[in-house]
Amino acid sequence: MSQTATPTPADSSSDIRNAVIRLAGNSQDGIQSIGAFLGQLAGSTAQEVMTYMTIPSTISGGPSIFQVHLGSGEVLHPGDQADTLVAFYQHSYENHLHTLKDGGICFYDSDEVEEIKEERGIIHIGVPFTSATIEAIGGSAKSRGKNIFVLGLLCAVYQLDRERLSEIMGRKFGKKSEDILRNAMLAFDAGYAWPVHDIEHMPMAPGENEGDKRISTDGNTMIALGLIAGGVRFGAGYPITPWTTIMEFLRSELPKYDGMFIQCEDELAAVSLALGAAYSGHLAITGSSGPGLALKAEALGYASMAELPVIVVNIQRGGPSTGLPTSVEQSDLMQAIYGSHGDAPRIVLAPKNVEDCFYTALEACRLARKYSTPVFILSDQAIATRLEAFQEPDLEEHWEEPTLDLSERGADFKPYPLDKITRHSPPGARSSEGKYPVVTGLEHDEWGHPSGNPDNHQKMTEKRRNKLVALAESLPTPEVHGEAEGSLLLVGWGSTYGPIKEATDRLNSNGQKVGSINIRHVHPLPNGLTELFEKYDHILVPEMNDSGMYGYGQLATLLRAKTCNAAIKSVNKVQGISFRVKEITEASEALIAGK
Amino acid sequence: MSDTTSAAPAEKLTKKQLKADKPTWCPACGDFAVLASFFNVVQKLNIPHEKIVCVAGIGCSSRFPYFVNTHGIHFIHGRALPLATGISLSRPDLHVFVFGGDGDGFSIGGNHLNHAARKNVNLSYVVMDNFVYGLTKNQTSPTTPIGQRSKTDPRGAIDQPINPMSQLVSSGATFIARTHASQVKHMNEMFERAILHPGFAVVETLSECTMFNPGSFDDSIPRKGGVFDLVDEEAQDLESIAAAMDLSQDLSPGKFGVYYETKRPTKNELEREWLTDAQSKIGDLSQRDLLKQRFASMR
Ligand SMILES: Cc1ncc(C[n+]2csc(CCOP(=O)(O)OP(=O)(O)O)c2C)c(N)n1
Ligand code: SF4
Ligand SMILES: [Mg+2]
Repeated sequence: MSQTATPTPADSSSDIRNAVIRLAGNSQDGIQSIGAFLGQLAGSTAQEVMTYMTIPSTISGGPSIFQVHLGSGEVLHPGDQADTLVAFYQHSYENHLHTLKDGGICFYDSDEVEEIKEERGIIHIGVPFTSATIEAIGGSAKSRGKNIFVLGLLCAVYQLDRERLSEIMGRKFGKKSEDILRNAMLAFDAGYAWPVHDIEHMPMAPGENEGDKRISTDGNTMIALGLIAGGVRFGAGYPITPWTTIMEFLRSELPKYDGMFIQCEDELAAVSLALGAAYSGHLAITGSSGPGLALKAEALGYASMAELPVIVVNIQRGGPSTGLPTSVEQSDLMQAIYGSHGDAPRIVLAPKNVEDCFYTALEACRLARKYSTPVFILSDQAIATRLEAFQEPDLEEHWEEPTLDLSERGADFKPYPLDKITRHSPPGARSSEGKYPVVTGLEHDEWGHPSGNPDNHQKMTEKRRNKLVALAESLPTPEVHGEAEGSLLLVGWGSTYGPIKEATDRLNSNGQKVGSINIRHVHPLPNGLTELFEKYDHILVPEMNDSGMYGYGQLATLLRAKTCNAAIKSVNKVQGISFRVKEITEASEALIAGK
Repeated sequence: MSDTTSAAPAEKLTKKQLKADKPTWCPACGDFAVLASFFNVVQKLNIPHEKIVCVAGIGCSSRFPYFVNTHGIHFIHGRALPLATGISLSRPDLHVFVFGGDGDGFSIGGNHLNHAARKNVNLSYVVMDNFVYGLTKNQTSPTTPIGQRSKTDPRGAIDQPINPMSQLVSSGATFIARTHASQVKHMNEMFERAILHPGFAVVETLSECTMFNPGSFDDSIPRKGGVFDLVDEEAQDLESIAAAMDLSQDLSPGKFGVYYETKRPTKNELEREWLTDAQSKIGDLSQRDLLKQRFASMR
């Protein structure tokens, strides 16, 4: 148990630009809040941050980790390997030591961890988190507060902005009670003052991110805020992880904006309520995760047919069925695009990171209004739950007033014109001719009358599909990061954005000629991909879904269908965790080398 | 979500204004009478034309919106109530009417009925119960009596049918009535009271499927030798669940009239209260500034 007097890690005297800290304990120990505080601190000190956590799906808790990647510059991934491990228990120590880099630092609770392994030059520092916290707070504090003790310890080791951190804690705990705040500060100060002899402090370099209005939050919060800014004032849902936090947020926030969010008896009802509000002239949302989305499928086919605008949020998790309910996967792409019956076109957008959730939601609102059809926001568990820091959106530029158009419809009004995009006349709108429309899921003529005419069905099907064709034509080709032509183009969608971008940089700095794109508009796909792909010898699509029967992931399958480019290959992963940068660079190198 | 109430209409609606497509029901189908009754009551209550919304799921009876010239929406099988809930909650200025069959309401949509009822969503719901699946051409429905033959029970139905009245009573609906499509005056009265009721009002309406279930309701048609027995509202405690349950026990042919009627805050009112409260705390701030404030708190 003695503290090992190993030399300080290399470079400990100069400021460090990146720190990956993995906190391993049990979910009830509040390790998430250590991460949350560090994330918020990063946001307000011009640093970048990306977090990653595992949550046990049982309520009573269980082993859980929270990983924070702090950076002075751009942070694109939660970190392949940890620089510092904080282990609260023997099991946390044993299960996570391998994630620590060679020569990394391991802080462990010397009250709990009884056996350590000397390996790979790792520096072990035992600190009695539990008893030191009890001593600091006094009384019957038990083990509560040891997370804050650890926060103090990390603040000292990385020389973080102590004042700012105290302020953030003051805001958080001050809301609860004086006592709680005092105890938290006692624990924090004790951790901060704990003498760590074996290493020197490793001050983080100051943040380099411009902007005075930096915030730090998670993806689900940004989707919800984007929906409000986009003019959504009605929603309905049913709880399911990891979607639930969006519905909880909107349930409490929307009333302030003269809107409402209704908790329903099931997902079938939820999508129906949203469509009821959409029919009534509002911009409405419903959402879920994979299994709940499956239940909404019939009604979404209806929405395509009836041409009702509705926003559908799907926060993907490991599937099928209950699958891995608290882990990340990208296996709902096909469900989002095709998951209904009949030819039921809809638009599908995928945000690439937490900040992008806001702008994706905003675009979803705009497209739903413009094309009067379902629009999906296809996010995933990783983006939904992790924290990132970035400049807050400028609402002078990004704001849509909610609208309800009850103007009188004239003689030329037709609910389903073949030559125009449908603009419904919501109930309450008068008709100058005294003729009122029926919105319907039966195939219908331009006036909404049921029609089984073969020609009409052909034309109406084309009309609904052509909305997406028009959209595709207006979409710009995604911007290439890295080389504009060369040996390899990496193509991703959603949360693989960060690791792919970082992999691109690493490959190029190793002398490769690699470019990468992230596709937000996964359906319809933007134009220009065919030409772009031809500029590279190889196309590789990393996806967190299975390579399936034919060896290609879900997006790769669609890209092959669209571009007929035989160079498109897949690298897939379904382990409930995001890609490591290394996994992408290795797959890329193998492909380029023709292995 | 704001109120968009407009002035009451100057002129009374005519039947001609209310009629739309010629109904596609089979000759003498009970649903014709329900449609006629709806026209009558809407005219009598002088509801502004553009504020009427007819909502339906799928079934013969659910074709209703096509035959009424008002705003209407023909949705999917079993989900008319949640769709109507979305309309009612987001547009309190509208008069929301839901029509559907026994399969639509009690089978595929059974769970929604319970929840729309207990939440006391402000709307009127007419179940046109014909004890059979009409549109799909004669399969057993949840109200098909034991022994009655259908294409899915060629030897006669074997499953215990549901008791729609006792289910409705336990669902938490605040206005529950039972009527008969062949008894026009009674049906008019029940519809009118349902419409005037603030909250979730449901009228179980026996409506004969002349194609697949002819004569099914003769036992309650006096002209055909049956008895049309009315609930004695003088003697009945309309606010008593227990009394309503008692009434529901025997439905062959049972009693017609209001089984249960009570006042409870509607979901519409309760949600609106929250909105009003939340906004009063905010004061004059614009919605955009409110969101800016929210971001500022996240710095
Ligand atoms: C999801 C789904 N399942 C099945 C059907 C087929 N279907 C249409 S109407 C109907 C039953 C109609 O019976 P009911 O609701 O009693 O109405 P009725 O025709 O008797 O008035 C069925 C099973 C459907 N349209 N949608
Ligand atoms: S099948 Fe029955 S319910 Fe349907 S229209 Fe004909 S008579 Fe009416
Ligand atoms: Mg029926």
